Amino acid sequence: MIKEKEQKQPMPPIGAWAPAVALAWLIPGGGHFLLKRNGRGGLLLLAVTGMFVCGLLMRGAMFQPQNGDFLTILINTGGFIGDVCSGILYLLSTWLGYSQPDVAGHVHDYGTKFLVTAGLLNVLAMVDAFEIATGRKD
Amino acid sequence: MKMNLSHFEAAFLFSMFTSVVLGVVTKRTDRDRLQYGFYTFGCFLLALFGIGWLMYLGHG
Repeated sequence: MIKEKEQKQPMPPIGAWAPAVALAWLIPGGGHFLLKRNGRGGLLLLAVTGMFVCGLLMRGAMFQPQNGDFLTILINTGGFIGDVCSGILYLLSTWLGYSQPDVAGHVHDYGTKFLVTAGLLNVLAMVDAFEIATGRKD
Repeated sequence: MKMNLSHFEAAFLFSMFTSVVLGVVTKRTDRDRLQYGFYTFGCFLLALFGIGWLMYLGHG
């Protein structure tokens, strides 16, 4: 069976998608609100914010980039990027002084994962906003 | 204020939030989104119970 090659689509101008993607990063669901997809934007806002707030209430730790062996760099830098992808939620919580040390316990551990996953879910929302803004998706 | 959740409660919440986002961003029609959201949530729960039992039986 011959696999058909997907046609490469030209990159749309940055002005068409950058505001939606930037807003989607800053405010979960914000890109969808900008593109008049209010229902989906509301669901994304609720889900990502709910995940992040649960992570805070479970006293999850925020990652900071660290030097060391490869695995330490990978986990901490990856976790830090995941945390930062939550946008205003991350910025607000760090500006307001949230600083939880990484301690043992399953609740803390879940909290840390919730915080990172909130950021990763927001990345999916950003990609969706990009696809809508560039007309690749309805 | 601190949330003290069991493993099951935490995994249930995680599944719910993740399924909502996956449903919203993956499909193209509202009906498909709803179906996919419930489908992924079901898969999460299935894995939760399945792996939970596997670990319980594995520990003897």
